[in-house]
Amino acid sequence: MSQLLDLQHVTVDFQSKNGLLTAIRDVSLQIKAGETVCLVGESGSGKTITSKAIMRLIDYEHGRISEGSIVLDGVNLAKLSQHELRGLRGKKMAMIFQEPMAAFDPVFTIGNQIMEAILEHQQVKKDVAWKQAIHLLERVGIPEPTLRMKQYPNELSGGMLQRAMIAMALACGPELLIADEPTTALDVTIQSQILQLLQELKAEYQMSILLITHDMGIAAEMADRIIVMYAGRVVEQATSEQLFEKPHHPYTRGLLRSITTIDSHRGNRLFSIEGSIPPLTDMPSGCRFHPRCPYATQKCLLDEPPLFEINGRQTACWHGEQLVESEDGIGKSEVMPPIAVIEPKHDQHHSTLQRQLLFDVKGLSKAYPVGKGLLQRASSLIHAVDDVSFTIEKGETFGLVGESGSGKSTLGRVLLQLEKASKGSIRFQGLELTQLKTAELQKDRRDMQVIFQDPYGSVNPRWQIGDIIGEPLMVHEDLDATVRRERVEALLEAVGLKRGWYERYPHEFSGGQRQRIGIARAIALNPSFVLADEAVSALDVSVQAQIVNLMQDLQRDLGLTYLFIAHGLHIVRHISDRIGVMYLGKLVEIAASEELFLHPAHHYTKGLIASIPVPDPKQKREPFSLQGEIPSPANPPSGCRFHTRCPAATARCKEEPPAWQEIQRGHWVACHHPA
Amino acid sequence: MKEVISAKTVWQAPELQANAQRRGREFDVSQLFVYASGLVILFYVLCALAPQWVAPYEPTLMMTDKILSPPSSTHWFGTDYFGRDVFSLTVYGSRDSLFIGVASVLVGGLFGGALGAFSGYIGGIVDTILMRFIDIVMTIPGILLALAIAAALGPHLFNIILAVAISAIPGYARVMRGQIMSIKSRPFITASRSIGTPHRTIILRHVLPHSWSPLLVMATIGLGSSILIGSGLSFLGLGIIKEIPDWGALLSQGRGYLTVAWWICTFPGLAITLFVLSVNLIGDQLRDMLDPKTSRGR
Repeated sequence: MSQLLDLQHVTVDFQSKNGLLTAIRDVSLQIKAGETVCLVGESGSGKTITSKAIMRLIDYEHGRISEGSIVLDGVNLAKLSQHELRGLRGKKMAMIFQEPMAAFDPVFTIGNQIMEAILEHQQVKKDVAWKQAIHLLERVGIPEPTLRMKQYPNELSGGMLQRAMIAMALACGPELLIADEPTTALDVTIQSQILQLLQELKAEYQMSILLITHDMGIAAEMADRIIVMYAGRVVEQATSEQLFEKPHHPYTRGLLRSITTIDSHRGNRLFSIEGSIPPLTDMPSGCRFHPRCPYATQKCLLDEPPLFEINGRQTACWHGEQLVESEDGIGKSEVMPPIAVIEPKHDQHHSTLQRQLLFDVKGLSKAYPVGKGLLQRASSLIHAVDDVSFTIEKGETFGLVGESGSGKSTLGRVLLQLEKASKGSIRFQGLELTQLKTAELQKDRRDMQVIFQDPYGSVNPRWQIGDIIGEPLMVHEDLDATVRRERVEALLEAVGLKRGWYERYPHEFSGGQRQRIGIARAIALNPSFVLADEAVSALDVSVQAQIVNLMQDLQRDLGLTYLFIAHGLHIVRHISDRIGVMYLGKLVEIAASEELFLHPAHHYTKGLIASIPVPDPKQKREPFSLQGEIPSPANPPSGCRFHTRCPAATARCKEEPPAWQEIQRGHWVACHHPA
Repeated sequence: MKEVISAKTVWQAPELQANAQRRGREFDVSQLFVYASGLVILFYVLCALAPQWVAPYEPTLMMTDKILSPPSSTHWFGTDYFGRDVFSLTVYGSRDSLFIGVASVLVGGLFGGALGAFSGYIGGIVDTILMRFIDIVMTIPGILLALAIAAALGPHLFNIILAVAISAIPGYARVMRGQIMSIKSRPFITASRSIGTPHRTIILRHVLPHSWSPLLVMATIGLGSSILIGSGLSFLGLGIIKEIPDWGALLSQGRGYLTVAWWICTFPGLAITLFVLSVNLIGDQLRDMLDPKTSRGR
């Protein structure tokens, strides 16, 4: 096979007011025709810049290719003018983006935008283009393509839009498809569908795919070859099997060890690479990874390692060869070293019969009116949470999972009375929350705190972090200013930040550090309960591990109870004692964490678990995933709400909503035909 | 885990630093303008408070031998058709003009801002009704509304201020409401609610500090138009009738002589322009100083 794409020593500079900044340096990579290459690394490693350099989209962001060549099928893209490039984009190479919502123009119909792509490159009549577009939409698995053509982007779900985006990219049969985190914004079930679609289309259109991802699981599943980037440089390049078998570069090793899988032991702490990726303005000397590398020597500090050819692959590490030789088999045996084995908590949970209940939720519902105006009555109700009952015991971590739109975040908000429940009761430490008056509620809030998803938006940017963390103390405790400052500084230290950072502002911190600020604030009042609403979803894998470890340490030290809402299933499994699964506002299954993953009873849970990519290229899983998408909560299916997507659905499921039954001790499920 | 599409993630840090550097380089020039503006405003205030210290002539003194003489070393801004010194007239005229302008902006901004803040924070049906009412008021041109109010209340300084202020209220209310609405839905407000912070504290410590910088900028720009509307009213005979005309009256009186004596309305006009410009520069500086991102610039 010949090389389709050949990058040689590409360096990209950005013109900033600060002078020239080098974003990626000396990047060389090749993609053969029909090959899938994955580019992996943490955010800030230069993956996206590399892909945009190939498309030459960096020209529009004050960037330029200062060195090297990018040859696509014999043409050096680095030398072409934007005018000449326009003829190639879409035709030879096409790109799909992370946020399908943002990548479509909201004022034109889907059809309009796909046709535009076709008409740009092909001399065809409009009605021919229209037919082609319908055909494409059909091919990427969009139901009722004729109808969709006339719809606007906001009328389609994220998954549908990503399919439409792919259809648009395929419009002129490109030879190279660049996919920049195409599934990061999507649910695991939809992610698995999209990845499967990409695999099929690759064979059908004989394309090469450059897939950018931070998820090693996706890389294992999709890639023929994997290229690892760190701080703007390629640090390792190998075939997928080689890489997972024996990672050569310490960074790759760290990345692989950061993954939580279904096989990793729940009692262990998560592995994380210390520190974070350096900013472009402050690159370390020598090997850029040396400040975070456990094997760094004097040489690493002084000299930058080139890409060495070792064992038929490439690695940019001075000690690559020795490391592999001296610690043979390191990739496998050392994946999860037991650092501090904590007794798994669910065992205690089973042994103690009746533990103290912190939350007792019965028949909780939350409905939002739709189409309500000044003079109109609400035309219908959306049941975001519908008749949900469960308990949370003191000291445990209760995980809540489900696709977006399943109502898990709403449930969390209603539990904390950030929104009023429509029906049902919530008893918290024996207190009926739904009956409380505003003033009483404000007092009781000190016992239940929240860690929010968005570490950027959930802090007031005008406040110093000392004041942000001190706000709960200010509201609930009448403290002297110096005492409060002392308390806040102690909190800063407790979450791994420096005391001296009291007077800094939020914009001076990275995402992971801001999440630590959020945690410090949440524990300031020694609450008994903390809701973590997607608290780690916005973070890189290794940073995620740092935060989860911190949360577990704090739980042990302060006796916290967590409700952990997330869509990253492995993380939930790791941190939770029990897990509840939600679908369309209903709780469909509750079980102890291990039990749920080993013996899922509800077919929805089964589908969710099967959708998680396995970070092992040898275990390419059978393509079982949930079909379809979550229906609109405004008009939920009759009977069992899952019957439209359930492989085991019968006529009974259509008619009769399943009752809540205990199939094993502590394992509850709402299904007529549990697996 | 999520990576922002553009290079923003990567570039955030350098950009901030670049900003800091740029600020460093431009420090002298922009700071110079701000100081100059401060001096200009001080001078205007002096003119308004103690015109006799600044003006070389009595504003009412008619020098019949010097009717319509162009600017010279004795009469810097020339003289008008009565032989009065235009510079002295401008200095004396600043008192009423500035008072009307500043007072009406304060009254209008305060009431409009409060109305908008209330409407935006409460939301729901109260908001709908208030905003429809504001919409109706907004359909009437500002000058016409001020005219109607001034005509109904009679020519008195406070009535003029009231008229100008009321015509400005809808604009301030709209801007404030939009600002409050967008701040209200920011996650850090929910975060603050979740720890049990009372409403009053949320409004005072979280919402308002984020909302009033656009209002500030709007007020500095509004000062100019308030002065002009006040002047317009006095031109139409609805202003305060006095021997000493304010800037607006000066402008309108001089308008008829524009072809033969350009200086009569040009200099008062320039006086207004210079004042508004200075206030705007100070307003910008204030806004930057109030934002931790730009003031620390790290």
